[in-house]
Amino acid sequence: MSARLLEVRDLRTHFFNRGTVAKAVDGVSFHVDAGEMLALVGESGCGKSVTAYSLLRLIADPPGKIVGGEILFEGHDLMKLSDDEMRRLRGDRIAMIFQDPMSSLNPVFTIGAQIAESVLVHRGGTKAAALSRAVELLDLVGIPDSRRRIDEYPHRLSGGMRQRAVIAMALACEPKLLIADEPTTALDVTIQAQVLALISELKQRLGMGVIMITHDLGVVAQHAQRVAVMYAGKIVEQAAVADLFSRPLHPYTKGLLASIPRQGASGGRLNEIPGMVPSLLAMPRGCSFAPRCPKAVDRCTHHVPSLADISPLHPVSCFVAQQEAKL
Amino acid sequence: MQGLKEFLRRFVRNWPAVGGFALLMIVLVMALAAPALYPGSPWDLVAQPFLWPGADAQFRLGSDMMGRDLGAGLFHGARVSLLIGFVATLVAVLAGIAIGALAGYYGGWVDDVLMRLTEMFQTIPPFIFAIVLVAIFQPTVATIVLAIGAVSWPAVARLVRGEVMALRNREFVQACIAIGMNDARIIFRHILPNTLAPVIVTGSLMVATAILTEAGLAFLGLGDPNVMSWGTIIGAGRDVLRTAWYVTAIPGVAILLTVLGINLVGEGLNDALNPRLRQK
Amino acid sequence: MPPTLRFLLRRLGQAIPIILGIAIFNFFLLHMAPGDAVDVLAGEAGGATPEYVAQLKAKFGLDQPMHVQLGKFLWNVATLNLGFSFRHNMPVVDLILARLPATLLLMICAIVLAFSAGLVLGVTAARNLNKAPDRIISVMALLAYATPIFWIGLMLILLFSVKLGWLPSSGMETIGGDLSGAARIWDVARHLVLPAVTLALFFMALYTRLMRASMLEVYGLDYVTVARAKGVGERGIAYRHVLRNALLPMITMLGLQVGSLLGGSVLVETVFGWPGLGRLAFESVFQRDYNLLLGILLLSSALVVLVNLLIDLLYARLDPRIEVA
Repeated sequence: MSARLLEVRDLRTHFFNRGTVAKAVDGVSFHVDAGEMLALVGESGCGKSVTAYSLLRLIADPPGKIVGGEILFEGHDLMKLSDDEMRRLRGDRIAMIFQDPMSSLNPVFTIGAQIAESVLVHRGGTKAAALSRAVELLDLVGIPDSRRRIDEYPHRLSGGMRQRAVIAMALACEPKLLIADEPTTALDVTIQAQVLALISELKQRLGMGVIMITHDLGVVAQHAQRVAVMYAGKIVEQAAVADLFSRPLHPYTKGLLASIPRQGASGGRLNEIPGMVPSLLAMPRGCSFAPRCPKAVDRCTHHVPSLADISPLHPVSCFVAQQEAKL
Repeated sequence: MQGLKEFLRRFVRNWPAVGGFALLMIVLVMALAAPALYPGSPWDLVAQPFLWPGADAQFRLGSDMMGRDLGAGLFHGARVSLLIGFVATLVAVLAGIAIGALAGYYGGWVDDVLMRLTEMFQTIPPFIFAIVLVAIFQPTVATIVLAIGAVSWPAVARLVRGEVMALRNREFVQACIAIGMNDARIIFRHILPNTLAPVIVTGSLMVATAILTEAGLAFLGLGDPNVMSWGTIIGAGRDVLRTAWYVTAIPGVAILLTVLGINLVGEGLNDALNPRLRQK
Repeated sequence: MPPTLRFLLRRLGQAIPIILGIAIFNFFLLHMAPGDAVDVLAGEAGGATPEYVAQLKAKFGLDQPMHVQLGKFLWNVATLNLGFSFRHNMPVVDLILARLPATLLLMICAIVLAFSAGLVLGVTAARNLNKAPDRIISVMALLAYATPIFWIGLMLILLFSVKLGWLPSSGMETIGGDLSGAARIWDVARHLVLPAVTLALFFMALYTRLMRASMLEVYGLDYVTVARAKGVGERGIAYRHVLRNALLPMITMLGLQVGSLLGGSVLVETVFGWPGLGRLAFESVFQRDYNLLLGILLLSSALVVLVNLLIDLLYARLDPRIEVA
C-alpha cells in the first residue's frame, strides 16, 4: 500500500469565545508511517495537544472547531466521516493515551471492566471473553498478577501501574496508530523510562505508528525516528531525529536544544529562550517567533514564513535559515 | 473598588439575575408603599365579602370571605415576608459566623464541641423544629425570626469554619500571630473579611428559605396574629378554595415570585463572586 | 466481625452523642413550655386546689430537682418511653408508631418520585446543554424550587379534585368505603397521588438542578475524554461513565434532605388531611400537647440519623474509593 498510515494536511483548529478567535492549530501538516514514531515537540500551549485531540475529533465544540484541513488515515479523510463512523474508529484503529493516569481512569469501575469495555465496544462478544482479553493485555503491558488486578479499582494502583492500565486500554483492539499525549509527565523519573520503553517495544512488536507528544527532547532522542517542532500553532521545523539534533535550523529549535541540561555540565546555567510564547489572541503579524528570535530581520516582522524544504527531508519555516541554506 | 466594578459588570451581564433583582425591587417597593397606599389595617373589614379581582375598581385584587381587602393584605404581607426573611437570615448568619469562626480559628476541643452542636442542630428536621420553637414561645414576629434563625445557622457555621481553617494557616495570618496581634483583631480584621463572598451567597439563598418557612408557619396558623402574612391569607383562603380560589392563588403567586427573585439574585451573586465556577 | 457491621457500629457510636444532645435539648424545651402536664390536668379538672396540684406534681416527679428530672427523662428516652399524651390518653410512643406508617408511605413515594424524575430530567438537561429541553427543564425547576409546598398542594386540589374531579382531595382512604384487597390498595393509591406529587415537586426541582450540575461537572473530567477516545458512544458516556459518578452527590443530598422532607410532610399532611406524623404534630401544637410535639421532634431526629446511616452504607457501596472498614 502506497498510502501513508496518517497524513495530515493543513490542519486548522480554532477556538471561538466571545467574539475572539484563538488559532490553536493553524495550518499543520505532517505524516506518520507504520512502525514509526513521530515526536511532536514544543513548549506547553504551542498546540501539540490540540493537534492530537483534533486527529481523533475530540475537540469540544463549542468552543473549539476544526475549521480546515485533511486528516488522511490509510487514505481516507477522517473529516469526512460521520460521527458514528469516527466513533467506531476511535479506540479501534486509532487509540490515544493521556497525560495524567490519575484522572484517566473512571474511579467507579474496575481496571478490568474499563479495558474490557474497549473490547466490547469494538469487537462485541461476551463479557467473560473481553475480561480474559483484559488479562492478556495487562500481561502485555507488564502488570504483574494480572488475573487479580483486573478486579482492582483505579485508586488502589500506583501512577505507573495506572498508566500501564491506560496503555493496555488503548492497545485493546491492536490499533494501527497510537497517539501518546505526554504520557509520562505525571510520573516519577524511573517510571517514566519504563513506560517509554514499553511504548517503544510495543510499537516494534505490533508495528504501530506512534505520535509521541512531549516537551522532553531527551525522550525524542531516545525513542523517536522523526521530529516535528511546533511553535504557536504551527510546525516550524521537521526532520529525522539524528538530522535535527546534529543540524537544527530554526532558531527556536536551536534554543530548545540549548536549553537541555547536558550530563556532566554541572553548575552550568540552563540556557533559556528569552521572552514568552505569544498569546494566541495577540499573534504578531509576521513570524510568530520573531519577537523572541535573536536572528530576526526586518522581513520576519512583516511576513509569515512557510515550511520550505531545505533538503526534501528537512523543511523549516524561517527566512533566515532558508537564506543561509541557499548560500 | 476595582473588584466591585468587576463584580457589577459580571452581575449585570447575567440577565436572569437582573430579572430576579427587578422582581425583588418590586416586592420591596410594595412593602415600602403599603402604609401609604393602604393606610388602614389589612385586617379591617372594608369591602363586601367575596369580591373577585377586577369586580370592583376600589378593590382591584378583590376581597376575602370576611370582606378584607386582598390588595392591602398583599402589600402589607410583603413587609412581613421581607422583614422576617432578611432579619431571620441576618440572625442566622451572625450566629453561624460566630460559631464557625470560633471553631475554625481555635480548633481542638472548641471545634469538637461546637461542631457536635452544629451537627445536632442539623439533625433536627428544621421545619418541625421551627414549629416547636414558635409553639412553645408563642408566635410573635420576634419569636418567628429567632426560630427561623435557630434552624438555619448550621450551614453558615460549617461554611465559615471551613474557610477560617483554610485561612488560619495562610502566611498573612501566621504573620499576624507572629507579631503578637490579638485574636479578636486577627479574626475580625484579617480572616472574616476574606470569608465574606461565600457567606453572602449562602445568606442570599437562605433568605428565600426563610420566607418559605415563615409562609409555612403562618399557613399552619403559627403566624404573629397581629401582622398580615401571605401564608396567613392562604391558610384562611383554604376554607373557601372551592368557591373563591383567588384568595389562595394571589398571595401564593406573590410568595413564588419573591422567592424566585431572591434565588435568581443569589445565583447571580454566586456566579459573579466565583468566576472560576462559571467556566462551564 | 464483618467490616460492614464494624462500620455500622462505629457510625452508631457517633450518632449516640447527637441523639443524647437532642434529648437533653428537648428536656429543656419541654420545661420552657407554658404549663406542664399538671397545669393541663388541673386546668381541665377546673379550679384545682393547691394541695391537689402539689399532689399531682409529686406524682409526676415534677417537684424533684432539675438534674434528677433530667436523668429520669433520659432514662425514659433510652427505654423508648416518651411520656404520656393527656389529650389522646395514650403513651406518646404508641401514638407516633400508629401514625408513622402513613408518613413513611408518603415520604418514600415522594422521594422515589423526586429522585427518579430529578435524575431523568437532570440527565436530559445536561445532555442537551443550552438547547430547548435544557432551557425548559431549567426554568420549570427554578419555578418549582420557589413555590411554597402547601400552596402547590392547594392548587393541585383545585385543579384535579375541584375542577376536574379526577382525584380525591383529602384523607388516605374513602371513609366508610369498607374496601379490602386490591380495591383498597387502589383506593389508597388514588388518595396518595396528590400529596406525594406535592411533596415531591420541590425535591424534584432540587434533584434536577443538582443532577444537571453534577453531570456537567463529570462531563468535564479526563476519564470521560478517555472513554470517548476509546470509542464509547455518547449514550454509553452519559449513562455508564458520567451518570454513575454524578449520582454520588445526589446520594449525599438524599441524606441532607430527610429532615426537610419530614418538615414538608407536616405541611402536605395538613393540606391533604393525611393521617401521618406531620398531621399529628400539627394537631399537637393546637392542643398544646407538648409531650407529644417534642416526642415527634425527637423521633423524627432519630429517623434522620437512621436514614443517614443507611445512606452512608449505600454511598460506600457505590463509591469504591470509600472503604467501609
